[in-house]
Amino acid sequence: MVRETICAIATGMGNSGIGIIRLSGKDAIPIADKVFRGRKRIADMPSYTAAYGNIVLESGQVLDEAVVLVMRAPHTYTTEDTVEIDCHGGSILLKKVLELLLRNGARTAEPGEFTRRAYLGGRIDMSQAEAVMDLIHAKNEMALSSSVHQLKGALGEKIREMREKILYHTAYIESALDDPENYSLESYPQKLDKDVDNLLKDVDNLLNSYENGRLFQEGIRTAIIGRPNAGKSSVLNMILGEERAIVTDVEGTTRDTLEEVVNLNGILLYLIDTAGIRDTVDIVEKIGVDKARENIGKADLVLYIVDGSQPLNENDEWIIKALAGKKVITLLNKNDLKTVVDRYHLEKLLKQSIFGEASKEEPVILEISAREGTGKEALIERLTNMFFNGKLSYNDELYLTNARHKEALSEVKESLLRVKQSIEMEVGEDFYTIDLMAAYESLGRIIGEALEDDLADKIFGEFCMGK
Amino acid sequence: MAHIEENYDVVVVGAGHAGCEAALAAARMGMETILFTVSMDSVALMPCNPNIGGSSKGHLVREVDALGGEMGKNIDKTYIQSKMLNRSKGPAVHSLRAQADKVEYTKQMRLTLQRQEHLTLRQAEVTELILDEKKVAGVKTYSGAVYHARAVILCTGTYLKARCIYGDVVTHTGPNGLMAANHLSDSMKENGIFIRRFKTGTPARLDKKTIDFSKMEEQKGDTHIVPFSFTNKEEDIRREQISCWLTYTNEETHDIIRANIDRSPLFSGFIEGTGPRYCPSIEDKVMKFPDKTRHQLFIEPEGEFTNEMYLGGMSSSLPEDVQYAMIRTVPGLEKVKIVRNAYAIEYDCISAINLKPSLEYRDISGLFLAGQVNGSSGYEEAAAQGLMAGINAARKLQEKEPVVLDRSQGYIGVLIDDLVTKETQEPYRMMTSRAEYRLLLRQDNADLRLTDIGYEIGLIDDVRYAAFCEKRNRIEEERKRLKETMIGANKTVQDFLSAHGSAELKTAVSLEELIRRPELDYDSIASLDPERPEGLSEEVVEQINISIKYEGYITRQIQQVEHFRKMEKKRIPADIDYEDVKNLRREARQKLEAVRPESLGQASRISGVSPADISVLMIYLGA
Repeated sequence: MVRETICAIATGMGNSGIGIIRLSGKDAIPIADKVFRGRKRIADMPSYTAAYGNIVLESGQVLDEAVVLVMRAPHTYTTEDTVEIDCHGGSILLKKVLELLLRNGARTAEPGEFTRRAYLGGRIDMSQAEAVMDLIHAKNEMALSSSVHQLKGALGEKIREMREKILYHTAYIESALDDPENYSLESYPQKLDKDVDNLLKDVDNLLNSYENGRLFQEGIRTAIIGRPNAGKSSVLNMILGEERAIVTDVEGTTRDTLEEVVNLNGILLYLIDTAGIRDTVDIVEKIGVDKARENIGKADLVLYIVDGSQPLNENDEWIIKALAGKKVITLLNKNDLKTVVDRYHLEKLLKQSIFGEASKEEPVILEISAREGTGKEALIERLTNMFFNGKLSYNDELYLTNARHKEALSEVKESLLRVKQSIEMEVGEDFYTIDLMAAYESLGRIIGEALEDDLADKIFGEFCMGK
Repeated sequence: MAHIEENYDVVVVGAGHAGCEAALAAARMGMETILFTVSMDSVALMPCNPNIGGSSKGHLVREVDALGGEMGKNIDKTYIQSKMLNRSKGPAVHSLRAQADKVEYTKQMRLTLQRQEHLTLRQAEVTELILDEKKVAGVKTYSGAVYHARAVILCTGTYLKARCIYGDVVTHTGPNGLMAANHLSDSMKENGIFIRRFKTGTPARLDKKTIDFSKMEEQKGDTHIVPFSFTNKEEDIRREQISCWLTYTNEETHDIIRANIDRSPLFSGFIEGTGPRYCPSIEDKVMKFPDKTRHQLFIEPEGEFTNEMYLGGMSSSLPEDVQYAMIRTVPGLEKVKIVRNAYAIEYDCISAINLKPSLEYRDISGLFLAGQVNGSSGYEEAAAQGLMAGINAARKLQEKEPVVLDRSQGYIGVLIDDLVTKETQEPYRMMTSRAEYRLLLRQDNADLRLTDIGYEIGLIDDVRYAAFCEKRNRIEEERKRLKETMIGANKTVQDFLSAHGSAELKTAVSLEELIRRPELDYDSIASLDPERPEGLSEEVVEQINISIKYEGYITRQIQQVEHFRKMEKKRIPADIDYEDVKNLRREARQKLEAVRPESLGQASRISGVSPADISVLMIYLGA
């Protein structure tokens, strides 16, 4: 049976700083050859050999150095031709390589698809496949919830708004087709055409922001918060520390903030608004209370820095209040100096705010000295625990999920262009809704909503039908 | 005490639109069949609207006809007005609708049943199912008579424990005051069949001589008639048509409804059944759409030899006095007299997710169900299911595989797949938007899609099949010729094109390319095509135009269908134990257990089953 060629990022991001992308299927080798320039073509390489070379964009620009490993059918995991591309990692780069492969004819693997192929090829038995699927299930669900979480903000709102608009048009047209004596489509195509133009603008904006890396920020969004002089910049420096080398700086489109992704023991932290911290010690003074609150709101994780050498003040009070319901690690800083903050009292305040009085959960407080660089190991250990207990959600599958999102957006665009074409050709209103619904479905995949009976519900809900 | 005992192959319970098709199909396939009705005068009764067809329903009727069913032929014999709806829109949504003479419709169908070989028509209330273990063995009637059968098809419509309601008046009757069937659903329950309760309604019938038509808009039929049945030609069935009339409610009507809404059994909670949203009562419309200042009302004749007029758009369960008051606010109805009240009707029905796609009850071998008892609504939906149930009951007895149409083959496939896969919470009505491949599932090509199957089943005879093959060949040959015949950019051609507002040619093109242009079609380019064969029928020309003009869209849908069929082909064994499939989420497991889909495709359409669950299933099945 001939199967399409699939690809996926196969390794944890940043672990060891190398990312592996795996391609499998009948065109794995020709597709890899299109993007890889080495001393010889992959097609001419013997099975189970590796080669060094460059990954090259359509424009000829070199994207990254890479090592490719070719494995020929049937002696591979999936029993299909398989190519592994080892890049230097870095989330943005890996994503670009993945997209390049998609443009060259591969498609993103569905959750568990490699394993399914392995099982179907007889490489692994049912219980092995089930074990792998279990893991993939969990990862996929986490990725979905994480990406949906990312989409909760203005962007998710935008997509819902677009879907709503599309559904409304579709429902109206379908109502008119179903009950033509009651609903007229007179001059409706012109109206629809205008709205489709607006929708297309929205899709283009989304696609652009995806390109700029603004749309999907991988990693655990982390805010470093603390009153003036609590030691935020030293904590930042401590976190960045020797990992500096693999920190990726991405300039945001708004240009006023600098975003940083740091890899701590394989866990990616996406640091919010570090620009403020860098430029001045006094983040609260500089960006103001509102902005700090906003950052807390946006964060998946808050690192709350308390100056242990000074008593808590009104700044700490409002910060603690703002932490309600958040995931928080409190860093009691400056333990190299005399600690005057009553840890028991702090714990009580934090618990009350974060979890509520009745909760059995206890706040996490770590004593550190950012200046001396002590306590980092404890922080990493804490993070790792929270991550693997599922308290912090982020994982590699997210990259793939995001690539799927982009594919979905491209499909939306294609469908909407078809609607315009149908309007122009005056083929009849029933043709519009077919592509409108396709766009609706593709958008739904991004926010994780299946089609179900939305249309029928909308038709009956909005329009008065029937005898 | 002596009892009647008789033996049949197939028992059909209920002679509505489902039961008639089921019984005819089974008998025509050689099965000794008996059809029970509570009243011989109510065979193929149309207790609600006096028309057949309409958007998407017209498609169903044409498909029923292409498979060898009766509904299309019967309405062609008894129509009093015909219209092709949506003519200005794409061909996929052109929908045929005909007003029927209700009495005549019943008479003609009854005659067809009575003349049918192997078919017995019997007036009696069936009260019990007789089972032999998990297999159906026959039925018992109210009098105690026993009818042994190898297959039983229940087409009980809205009759099971029916009650009709308007205001605080309740009658324990079926539609039109007919006797309800008060025992059979108890017997069904005893045999483990899950029963639920649905609701629907119908508007009042008015006395024609008390209506002032001068205040209404006349709605005439089409001048060019398209028959429902592919066996009929326009000239065979042309007749003088009878008009319908259009008028509107107004704020005064709505005020009366609002003032009396507390007297509606729907709003007081007295009616428990779930009603259909697409067919709301006038009180529903007014309460739900307060911004609409008027609602359309269609006044439709119920037949040629009756004074009764159907008040389309005003179904209601308000009390009699309120009905009078609100109707008389409508222009033209100021002095109207009501012949029959509007009423809501509640009835027992089953959950069709307990059926196989063949419409056989999953846990009782040989028991089939069709029509409104499955939770659908509409005459056409009922007829389509009845036909398939009749076919599949007969095929079961012939030890043949059931005929199951998929979603890419017909609206019938969409209808039945939806019914058996998605648990609908209201009576299910067909809509063209439910058919994802509707560009392929047009009413004009139902014969091309389904006649082969009808012939193979044995419901299409040799003569009809030969005529069909001839038509199909003509279409294919002519399309081939049009593709291959090139036309040069000479002066005649260029002049012709500019006269028709069409761009001049730069190079030679095929005739097909010219027909594809929106401003041209097969007939209009006749003068450029002297070689064309003579005597191509209008139907053939229609297929040529559509298949050329919409080729791009059609090709795209065919590709989607190929993709879809891959998943449909992956069968799930009937005895699968979902407890055995590890990694399925609990919700998915429950849903799969409830629906027990026959293919991975069907499984993927169950709400609550995710793509990841499908992956897990694929691994388990090694698919």
